[in-house]
Amino acid sequence: MNFLSYLINGISLGSVYAIIALGYTMVYGIAKMLNFAHGDVIMVGCYIVFMTMSGQGWGAVPAVVLSIIVCTVLGIVIEKIAYKPLRKATPLAVLITAIGVSYFLENAALLIFGADTRSFTNVVTLPALKLAGGALTISGTTIVTFLACVVIMAALMLFIKKTKAGQAMLAVSEDKDAAQLMGVNVNATISLTFAIGSGLAAVAGVLFCSAYPTLTPYTGAMPGIKAFTAAVFGGIGSIPGALIGGILLGVIEILGRAYISSQLSDAIVFAVLIIVLLVKPSGILGKQVHEKV
Amino acid sequence: MAMLEVKNLEVYYGVIQAIKGISFEVNEGEVIALIGANGAGKTTTLQTITGMLQPKAGEIIFEGKDISKIPGHKIVSMGMAHVPEGRRVFAELSVYENLKLGAYTRKDKKEIEETLARVYKSFPRLEERKNQLAGTLSGGEQQMLAMGRALMSKPKIILMDEPSMGLSPILVEEIFHIIREISASGTTVLLVEQNAKKALAIADRAYVLETGNIVLSGDAKEMMNNDSIKKAYLGE
Repeated sequence: MNFLSYLINGISLGSVYAIIALGYTMVYGIAKMLNFAHGDVIMVGCYIVFMTMSGQGWGAVPAVVLSIIVCTVLGIVIEKIAYKPLRKATPLAVLITAIGVSYFLENAALLIFGADTRSFTNVVTLPALKLAGGALTISGTTIVTFLACVVIMAALMLFIKKTKAGQAMLAVSEDKDAAQLMGVNVNATISLTFAIGSGLAAVAGVLFCSAYPTLTPYTGAMPGIKAFTAAVFGGIGSIPGALIGGILLGVIEILGRAYISSQLSDAIVFAVLIIVLLVKPSGILGKQVHEKV
Repeated sequence: MAMLEVKNLEVYYGVIQAIKGISFEVNEGEVIALIGANGAGKTTTLQTITGMLQPKAGEIIFEGKDISKIPGHKIVSMGMAHVPEGRRVFAELSVYENLKLGAYTRKDKKEIEETLARVYKSFPRLEERKNQLAGTLSGGEQQMLAMGRALMSKPKIILMDEPSMGLSPILVEEIFHIIREISASGTTVLLVEQNAKKALAIADRAYVLETGNIVLSGDAKEMMNNDSIKKAYLGE
């Protein structure tokens, strides 16, 4: 029974990683850049929910909606100010800029919200599910997290497959110039991708902080890095890859913590990344990159 | 008035001047061939017209309007389509999805369906393979897809960059036959080709580009009999 409950916790944590990983993987697919500030957008989303719920006494739903809106706008603004001018720059310049944006967000949060650890209020009020005569308890947060992940994945896949904007995203990710020849506004499509990724980061952040309720300006960094690992694990650029990578990573982390060592659980996660990169550099569902001559 | 008029166009790659002030015009209904050796600036010229590259100087007048400063994604809805060099189909998307993207700027669903039916009629092979990923098509089929995709925008003028490149002689025949049909259906064609013989055979007029300059222009049939053209481009 213990194993089962660890597994369920792992899937729940993995669902959060998967939602964050979507942001990394979509932005990478379209803009061919790693947005290392993505993790910090999560933290901003959490502070919005914390301030409105604990400070202003808002309900969970309007607080989360506001947080999604703020993060979406933040994502668009970051892209416009920091990344768009570097569209033709070397990947290294963009990467360093992304790290700079990440530090900027963390320190801005430090300035605005202070360094104190806040205890986050769980936004999920769903009662826990007791199975097998009370031997197995699944918390409401776990259920909501997993469901949110499934719904988001399905909605996103549908959006990309069925809408014009989604098809434009695929076209841009494959060939920017050819997409432009079709009349696709490449810059607007990149903006849209950042908007979706950042909005999802807000959702992921709220779910993460509901399960692990401590909030500091650095809260987003670790789940951000792990979700990035998940994205690479699953195959960066691939949306189903983000799901598989995220869930696997969450399960590995929780099982590692339970059965091997709680101090080593992060190390285990990153060791897995190294092994995957050695064995299959493109990740589980990643495409082999062919250099066309 | 010419449908498309390029005036004193200059294009640079960094400090290197690729196009050195060329001028030419395309009239409605014509097939114009732009021929020249590798590196003469043919592709650069087309890419500048459709906004993939920015000119340093000069004008590109399309139906009386200078489009040289208009963002590339807005040009297709003005009635100009570009079949790029190397086909550039979206390999991860199906044939059908590629064609739908060709009509990206069009709104009327019924009209899009009509155009799609017409494209399928011109390229029956594409209809047979509409659910197949474009990356799995043969070179000739990809070329047809690239052309069909361009036609989906219902262009007034279509710019084609080396449509015969890398294809077998039979497919080259087929592609040129299709270009003729496109022209016959009333679409103006600006054709860039290294296969000068074939290009001149279907063109009304032609321009010869050499290291960024237009060195010769005139009636395509006359050009076929021009001795220096024969020597340099027709291999006779």
